Amino acid sequence: MAAHGAHPPGFAHQFETVGQQREAGQLGMWVFLVTEILFFGGLFASYIIYRALHYQSFVTGSHLLEVKFGATNTYVLICSSLTMALAIRYAQVGKRKGQIIFWLILTMILGALFLGLKLRFEWYRDYVDGIIPGVNWAYSGPHAPGVQLFMCFYFFMTGLHALHMVAGLGILTVLVIMTARNKFSSQYYAPLEISGLYWHFVDIVWIFLFALLYLIGGRYPGS
Amino acid sequence: MSDHSEQSGHIGHVVPVRTYVLVFLALMAGTALTTAAAYTDLGRWNTVVALAIAVTKMMLVVLFFMHVKYATGLTRIVILAGFFWLGIMVTLSCSDELTRRWEIVPQGWQMIVPLFSRLF
Repeated sequence: MAAHGAHPPGFAHQFETVGQQREAGQLGMWVFLVTEILFFGGLFASYIIYRALHYQSFVTGSHLLEVKFGATNTYVLICSSLTMALAIRYAQVGKRKGQIIFWLILTMILGALFLGLKLRFEWYRDYVDGIIPGVNWAYSGPHAPGVQLFMCFYFFMTGLHALHMVAGLGILTVLVIMTARNKFSSQYYAPLEISGLYWHFVDIVWIFLFALLYLIGGRYPGS
Repeated sequence: MSDHSEQSGHIGHVVPVRTYVLVFLALMAGTALTTAAAYTDLGRWNTVVALAIAVTKMMLVVLFFMHVKYATGLTRIVILAGFFWLGIMVTLSCSDELTRRWEIVPQGWQMIVPLFSRLF
């Protein structure tokens, strides 16, 4: 394929085939995502340990969070993963760029909705309620020191996740511009696919944050 | 895999929209299920159920949305290695932190061998 004259757009000469280039790109992205798994993993590991050491405090702290907002945001992110997957699929089969841009922008809207809900209904209310350690801490209920520790985990974990969401929105903006400039075809859509891996990864992190921070240990009366 | 690409004229595996929608519906149902389970008294199983559903949802996203079901063996091994190392980090950290305790040194020993008590 490469030996015969014209290269397809986006095809780098060091690869034998377009398929090989795609596999190399995917592998490289996964190596990065593995470092991200271990990056978030450090927080997860310390969360597990401190939860075991201060179990009652973590349950009390968890009950300060509102499941309805956590669940709504989980639904929003799952929707955004679907729209991202569809955007890539339509690029794969060579649909018009308008259709790809539509799904990309829908993904961005859902991502922004996630951040908006998080800011307005969770972090802002946490600030008003005085449960942000170091910023506005007015909690005086049971297990106060341990609850403060839980809230530190909550803000570091959701904050780091939100930072990844912001980065994802930046990446999606670049993708929209690239798509509008006809950079992609059914033969070359690597930036879309690789950014998709990142977006889905951020979704997975949230799935675990929702379970660990909001749900674990139960929310039933007397839990 | 590359044979498939050349035959169909596409690069990589094209997943049908139907599959994506089914995975999406399963993820939405999983979220509803895990939320409902949290409000049910399952004793110590609440934690297990929450994590099991989260892992199932992760597998669905990884296999279908992230195309790992159609990826090469090399990519899969890299991903498994990542999770294996995460397992090492969590297990060794827990086995260290959760087994630490202050040893009670008998009074007499402290007086006889002061260094001994400093070791613990």
